[in-house]
Amino acid sequence: MRRCELRELGRIEYGEAFELQGRLVEERKQGRIPDQFLIVEHPPTITLGRNGRLEHLLVGEEDLRRAGVAFYHTDRGGDITYHGPGQIVGYPILDLREWKRDVVAYVRALEEVMIGALGEFGLRAGRVPGCTGVWVEGRKIAAIGVHISRWVTSHGFALNVTTDLSYFRYIVPCGLSAPVTSMADLGCAVTGGEVVRALARHFGRVFDCEIIQAVREMESVS
Amino acid sequence: MTDVVMPQMGESIVEGTVTRWLKKKGDRVERDEPLFEISTDKVDTEIPSPAAGVLAEILVEEGQTVPINTVVARIDETGDGRAAVEEKPAAAPPPAPKAEVSPAAAPPPPAAPPPQPAAETAPEAEIPGPISPLVRRMAREHGIDLREVKGTGSGGRITKQDVEAYLAARAAQAAAAPAPEPAPAPPPVAPPPPAVEVPPPPRAERPKVRVEPMSIMRQKIAEHMVLSKRTSPHVTTVHKVDMTRVARIRERYKAEVQSRYGYSLTYLPFITRAAAEALRAFPIVNASIEGNNIIYHNEINIGIAVALDNGLIVPVIRNADEMNVLGLQRAIVDLATRARSRQLKPEEVHGGTFSITNFGSFGSLFGTPIINQPQVAILGVGAVEKTPVVVEEDAIAIRYISLMGLTFDHRLIDGAVADQFMQKLKGILENWSEQIL
Repeated sequence: MRRCELRELGRIEYGEAFELQGRLVEERKQGRIPDQFLIVEHPPTITLGRNGRLEHLLVGEEDLRRAGVAFYHTDRGGDITYHGPGQIVGYPILDLREWKRDVVAYVRALEEVMIGALGEFGLRAGRVPGCTGVWVEGRKIAAIGVHISRWVTSHGFALNVTTDLSYFRYIVPCGLSAPVTSMADLGCAVTGGEVVRALARHFGRVFDCEIIQAVREMESVS
Repeated sequence: MTDVVMPQMGESIVEGTVTRWLKKKGDRVERDEPLFEISTDKVDTEIPSPAAGVLAEILVEEGQTVPINTVVARIDETGDGRAAVEEKPAAAPPPAPKAEVSPAAAPPPPAAPPPQPAAETAPEAEIPGPISPLVRRMAREHGIDLREVKGTGSGGRITKQDVEAYLAARAAQAAAAPAPEPAPAPPPVAPPPPAVEVPPPPRAERPKVRVEPMSIMRQKIAEHMVLSKRTSPHVTTVHKVDMTRVARIRERYKAEVQSRYGYSLTYLPFITRAAAEALRAFPIVNASIEGNNIIYHNEINIGIAVALDNGLIVPVIRNADEMNVLGLQRAIVDLATRARSRQLKPEEVHGGTFSITNFGSFGSLFGTPIINQPQVAILGVGAVEKTPVVVEEDAIAIRYISLMGLTFDHRLIDGAVADQFMQKLKGILENWSEQIL
């Protein structure tokens, strides 16, 4: 069975996670590491995808700086989105040639991972045709934006667990005017750790791989 | 000429949008070097060049959507391609779509896009690969012209490390520069020049330090350590435990365990077993703090610190109180082996309620470890050593002694409770009564 390393990096800045992904994508391309599933949380950050439209940012960059929100142009697909505390951000670095050479199937699979995980907490999440992401009761709970280079993936998804949703007022999320939600918003009291465990289980199921905890970031004492 | 076509990025995908050309017409491109990017439903994909040569023609402009297999560009594999570029100045003919593609679906490219003024695009274009926001910011903050930075990332892309290396080199240069070059150096035999004190010529000195950014892992460990120290007032109490009885039992069964199960019998499963019993007797040591609440864990899940080449990890033995010494030994061997070969599963390093660190195996007598948050205590086990001790009737005997320390969170655990816990542990180990086999 293929192996995928789960690496929980805790809270790191968007730029740092971006650099790390770049390095891992290179190592993955060269076959030096197995597939990776990075889990991070970002400080308040707004990112604009390659094809995103700046007018979906509803305030000036100066206002964002004052509000303590970082702003990045980035190279993933998708439009504008918000990342912040209480949101689980997943960055799978997978070589799709070892799974399916199909980017649409990949995006659907990411949705499936989250739908399965949310189901474990009693939330009936689903898809909205034409609107990539995961939805609960007409509200968007998770966003997806992916970059692929020689079939190796980077970027990924952002799932709102206890995200402060008020930050979304700064943007038109993904260029859609639909409302956003979070697990907490839907009355689901969970910790990030439980959700990560559920995501890892469903990730293993959907991508048919064995999830291995990467040694590098494991809990440590001395 | 090699045709570059819109690739099919999945079974159900019939078209793609060119979002960005990473090369300009006339640029040299290597085989497999990223040439352009396409976008399909939230996925941006870099498409590598199918051949080495010169990008002779771009047939589909940025923003255009075309069916798969449409020719989007041509690469001239011969020579430098200058001729090709000049021969076909602008009006690119609409691409001849491949057989299975309906031509109607492919909008013709906009009539003759005006050639970009070279000066405008040159600086960006000379920097290979996209520039990350972090690199851009570093460049801005340090006033770096990114064209001077050598990229070592994919396709010569500039990484954070490259910028740091550039900064280090620049700093080194600046340090070396100001020392004035003494006018024609006098030959060694010549008399020393009078008056003017000439500073010694700059020597290529060995740098006094070496700067290396911490790995993410190291940063995370550092964060955890500081967080734990800041969260919990750490107090350590050390007790002397006579392990002679356990040592004898171990001697007696070692060979048999080795031959029957294939692993050696160490002190650690005895200590873990005793700790599980003591935790059952003192649930406050198997707890954590959440806000103003004490969370008592009904499961006794003991983390065992395992040293690795590049750090330390703490795999967890779940329900350790339900296992006997052999079961614990098996679990410890299994977890440690898989930790070293990087095969632990996520649930095996989470959910610990108490930890044991066996620094004694490295010769340490006792230590003051840091609590693994959100736990409230950690047992540190010192080396088991033959020691002369005073026994009953004032005789001196040689016993196997280990110093064991409990480091605890003084917010929740009082010193007296910690010592009672240790006395319980000590009592179990010194009067070991359980069968092993």
